[in-house]
Amino acid sequence: MKGILKLAYKLLANDKAKFTALLVGIIFASFSMIFISSMFVGVMNHSSSTIINIGASMWVMDPAVQIPANSVGMPDYVLDAVRSMRGVAYAVPLYSGTALVKLSDGSYQAATVIGVDDNTLFGRPEMVDGRITDIFAENGFIVVQDGDYPKLKSPRVGAEFEINDHRAVIVGTAKVAMSGLFGLPTLYTTYNRAIQYIPNPRYTISYVLLEPKTPADIPQIKKQVDELGYMALTRNEFMQRSINYYIFQTGMGTNLLIMTVITFAVGLSVSGQTFYTFILENLERFGALKAIGTTSPELILMILFQVTFTALTGYGLGLGLCTLFVSLAKMRLPSYFAMITYANLLLGLVMVLIIAAISSYAGVRRVLRIEPFEIFRG
Amino acid sequence: MARTAIKAEKLEKWFGEGEAKTMALRHVSFEADFGEMVYIVGPSGSGKTTLLSVLSGILRPNVGEVWVEETEIWNLDSNRLAEFRRNKIGFVFQDYHLFPRLSTVENVAIPLILRKEDWNESVQEATKYLEIVGLRGRAELLPVKLSGGEQQRVAIARAMVGQPDILIMDEPTASLDGDTGQAILKFVHEKILNRDRCIVVVTHDSRIYEFASRILKMEDGRLTGTEERAA
Repeated sequence: MKGILKLAYKLLANDKAKFTALLVGIIFASFSMIFISSMFVGVMNHSSSTIINIGASMWVMDPAVQIPANSVGMPDYVLDAVRSMRGVAYAVPLYSGTALVKLSDGSYQAATVIGVDDNTLFGRPEMVDGRITDIFAENGFIVVQDGDYPKLKSPRVGAEFEINDHRAVIVGTAKVAMSGLFGLPTLYTTYNRAIQYIPNPRYTISYVLLEPKTPADIPQIKKQVDELGYMALTRNEFMQRSINYYIFQTGMGTNLLIMTVITFAVGLSVSGQTFYTFILENLERFGALKAIGTTSPELILMILFQVTFTALTGYGLGLGLCTLFVSLAKMRLPSYFAMITYANLLLGLVMVLIIAAISSYAGVRRVLRIEPFEIFRG
Repeated sequence: MARTAIKAEKLEKWFGEGEAKTMALRHVSFEADFGEMVYIVGPSGSGKTTLLSVLSGILRPNVGEVWVEETEIWNLDSNRLAEFRRNKIGFVFQDYHLFPRLSTVENVAIPLILRKEDWNESVQEATKYLEIVGLRGRAELLPVKLSGGEQQRVAIARAMVGQPDILIMDEPTASLDGDTGQAILKFVHEKILNRDRCIVVVTHDSRIYEFASRILKMEDGRLTGTEERAA
């Protein structure tokens, strides 16, 4: 069997022009599909960065909230009501908003401000420089060192700036699991300072973060919050809600689907056409092989091997190219979103195998139909 | 007494149905023995190639039987028939049908590779056959680098490498000049034909008739005569 496969390989790879054209088609298809889907996954993950970074098990919010960045203020009694609900271990407020920061050189920069609970500092970031308790110091803010950090002129501890005409001082630098989607630097402070410094509507609690006593309490907590006129979601539900918003309400999902279909169609037409041409050009040889004594299953095996070899080689090269591209982009752009996951790889592989299967189908049919008698007729 | 290599009995083959029906073979019967080089000759459209295809197990007759030694080949299913061809029959096609992307020696090794023999051993064995046809020095070249006569010799080496009992040659001189064609058939007659092998040649090149043991004449799908030769 090995000999037949080697023969199939040589028939394919020795025709360098055709083999290259086939590979280019598959490389293009796999690169595009992995790249597009990794961009999508990156965007989706970064859109949930607040949820991931804060790390609360459950989030209480206004039912109108779709994504973490667009919170709707809730009155203080919601916090008290949640704290008194059955099954709640503890609950804390969270402020999440955007503020315009005036830097020391007089320039302005928008920033995300997270106000964590004054008593517990629940949701605080991991400190890089300074102590977390310094957040209680006068005008204290902690800046997150992520890809957007340089937009605040990379402030060190002690650096000053203004927020809404209030003096603010950097008392520490921190890191978080994931930077935000909108390319804004992030500042942490206490909840009370956040609502004091940043102009707010009447209600100031963006979210109530809570921890259920046991996972079994989650349904009854949700029910009680619902009866209050608000909505409680687990971390994963909130992330999914955010992802659904981007997919179904922003056109991003449709665009992704269109791009995937176009990529698939182009990859299929280039690879399928080239492979079919390759089969047609070698039809007489396949006929000769049939006459010499190759069985139909062996011919099918040869064609499937050729197309699978091309598909997997092209897929590997496409993946390598995509990884290189994403790595280079991340070196240049620290907050570059693309994120290659196993799901992306699987999607790309499945698409490439479908292209290969469709491409080979026509070729197999053609080869099986050829009569060796035609070879004698010349 | 000579052993019978091929026995064709009352072969009929037609293409199309109704008014479009064309009879390609009409009641064709003959025998060919081991040690014989049998020519099938006749004008274009007389049914030579159809007969060759039926005899070699690649075109099923509508009526009749083909026996190769003890086997009625058209009783075999398609996969077993393919294996039968692979093991018993060597083919030399009119247009050689060499694989342009494989080296000369790899082309010759194909029948062995199809028999699932080791690649390197197949190539080694093929090299011996290239030596026999005088092309040892051309082993690594692509077929396109060879002359027509050389390509035909490669095709013969490919047909012979599996040591088939039956060698089928379809218009072996059609693409060659007269001298080269004669040289090729002389080579086949002297080096390939032996008492354990039967060679069937379809041709209408009268310049190579001298190598035939017997000439079967065909016309309009019928065998119209047999000419015994002294070759």
